[in-house]
Amino acid sequence: MSVSGRSTAPKPPSADDEGFKRELVQLIPHLRAFARTLTGDPTAADDLAQDAMMKAWDARASYQMGTNMKAWTFMILRNQFYSEKRRSWRSSQLDQEAAERTLVAVDDPEAPVALDELRQALNTLPEEQREALILVGAGGFAYDEAAAICQCAVGTVKSRVSRARKALAATLERGGYGRDGRPAGDAMRSILADADRLSGARQG
Amino acid sequence: MIDSTDSGRKPANARTAGGEPPLEEARLRQQAIGVKLRHLFDEVVNEPVPDEFLEILRRADQRASDENKA
Repeated sequence: MSVSGRSTAPKPPSADDEGFKRELVQLIPHLRAFARTLTGDPTAADDLAQDAMMKAWDARASYQMGTNMKAWTFMILRNQFYSEKRRSWRSSQLDQEAAERTLVAVDDPEAPVALDELRQALNTLPEEQREALILVGAGGFAYDEAAAICQCAVGTVKSRVSRARKALAATLERGGYGRDGRPAGDAMRSILADADRLSGARQG
Repeated sequence: MIDSTDSGRKPANARTAGGEPPLEEARLRQQAIGVKLRHLFDEVVNEPVPDEFLEILRRADQRASDENKA
């Protein structure tokens, strides 16, 4: 069997599949992280990430090797999330319970304070602002890539990210989600302290 | 625990007369939020991938190569 000519002629599917699979496996950790931020629930997130992984695998013939596979798979995952969500809205009662569970799970007393508060503050953002901020601020995507993933205009992503940043800072300063007995401003203080610790030595 | 300031409700950070945090401080805050946000995301990225993922993919790959042979 001849395995020449990658781009021309009938493709040897097994060789292409191998490369595709290698790239896909490397993306699994990122898909899990994105799914976690969308669902807020580790189990639901892994189900979503697995579904997205299989959708990507099944659609591998339509993917062009060498283009941005991370953005492509993130778009698949996001579409999957919203189509499932639309379905589950019919049973909105369940949705409500899931939301409450998420909040309880996030309120783990063992969790580092600052992360916990950032998570809760993130939950107060409108969905489209949250995903835009995550893609650009944590996922490492450029604005135009995030726009492709969310299927909206670049300017829309920019304004969503900017509004999300402002709202997050305001929420954290206010400490507006009421942790018992904590004076306002503590959330932001712990974020600042923790970020300092994480980024190591400050420049002098 | 006793709050030593006269009002626990007052924002603890210093503000300018306009009520906005000074620019430099606002920038530092955004930077800190950015660091934490990446940390939150990377925490999950750095988790070991559950075997289930690779198992599902392996089975799908197996199916694909069986179809190719057929």
